[in-house]
Amino acid sequence: MLKQLESQYEKILSDYMSDQTEKNLYIAQNFTRQLIQKNISPEDVVNIHKNAVGKIFPDRMVEDQPAYDFLIEVMVHYGMAHREHQSLLQIQAEYEMEMKIATNIQKTLLKTVVPQLSSIDIGMISIPIRKMNGDYVHFLYNREDYLSVAVTDVVGKGVPAALCMSMVKYGLETLEYAYKDPSYVLEVINRVIEKGVDDSMFVSMFYGCLDIQNSIFSYASAGHEPALHYSAKHGEFFSLEAKGLLLGVLSDSKYSYNEILLEDNDIVVMMTDGVTEFRARDDLNSREVITSLIVENKHVSAQHLCNLLYKQIEKIQDFKLSDDFTVVILKK
Amino acid sequence: MDMTIHFKELDNKLYGFVEGEIDTFTASSLREELEAVKITEGLEIELNLSKVNYMDSTGLGIFVAFYKRASRENGKVKLVGLSSRLQRLFEITGLSDLMDIETDKKVELRK
Repeated sequence: MLKQLESQYEKILSDYMSDQTEKNLYIAQNFTRQLIQKNISPEDVVNIHKNAVGKIFPDRMVEDQPAYDFLIEVMVHYGMAHREHQSLLQIQAEYEMEMKIATNIQKTLLKTVVPQLSSIDIGMISIPIRKMNGDYVHFLYNREDYLSVAVTDVVGKGVPAALCMSMVKYGLETLEYAYKDPSYVLEVINRVIEKGVDDSMFVSMFYGCLDIQNSIFSYASAGHEPALHYSAKHGEFFSLEAKGLLLGVLSDSKYSYNEILLEDNDIVVMMTDGVTEFRARDDLNSREVITSLIVENKHVSAQHLCNLLYKQIEKIQDFKLSDDFTVVILKK
Repeated sequence: MDMTIHFKELDNKLYGFVEGEIDTFTASSLREELEAVKITEGLEIELNLSKVNYMDSTGLGIFVAFYKRASRENGKVKLVGLSSRLQRLFEITGLSDLMDIETDKKVELRK
């Protein structure tokens, strides 16, 4: 193969030496691509050149030979760097492959199924900023009696965040009948996470539970963005503030229990900080943007409202969101 | 987007001045700088964040980790000069009840 390349190169070089045109230079460029494709090292290229010069100008070689040999020696190190680069590219391709598998596993493992209930309209949107989503939503419900929802945001992104999130999910799934008490839920999940992760890792969670028959929405928060409650009767929003430390910081954190009465046409909006944080637009009050959009569109379905919020906020931020974006909306 | 931290030791107290934006990209250098701080028994560390114009939850995680290590090693960490935006972040996350935090205003009043 090298012999064939050498004779090709000799022809190209000799053409160029006799006629220095753009066209001949272009042919050389195409040849370079072929060299790269065939993984010819830089020192081999110099060697090909040396042999070609030797054939085209035999009388020059006597003088130039040592200089070429010298250059070949110098280029050997470039060749090593080149091969190292090649092997890094291969490793990177392997990583990307694994990352793809991990993303798929996450998608299956942490897939949220939005319940379809006749008594309450539920909408959700969760868009990751990178491949792996650092936000997670978990619904638990018992027929048309209780519906609980956990909206979580894990600090950090990518693989570590996804691993931590699986812990949260299985923690929530083992709750069984205890899922109706938000502050108890947060205390349990906090202990699970505190034991399992390092110091700089933690999770924020808003946990709400709707007693559908009695229309009571109880909630607790672990360092999470407050949810919003739109009261149709008053025609205004109330922030569902609840004190509580992030999950995973202290082992014995306590979380306050709060409840509100949910009346007809009321809306509850739960979200992660990817929704409220406008990094590039700190002149805007994000909560005002959200509330006015909801008021203007309060008659559309919960899912439609979630989609509208996403579209609007994405536009405001010039289509450059800087965090995972998750909204859950309940409409009575 | 850049982040820098300078330390100054004065009367057995360590002062750190953080400047810039703390996000996913700059966080690792801040973590390294803080991990390199040697905490001795009773050491008081004051981190001034008045020149921090943005911080995301990754940044928060680094301060929590530093706070936890300092508490374990019997040091004291205090964050001062927080902008209202940063203060809100610490309040929502419940960290303002746990950590020693002073806002911009209080620092000004003290002067």
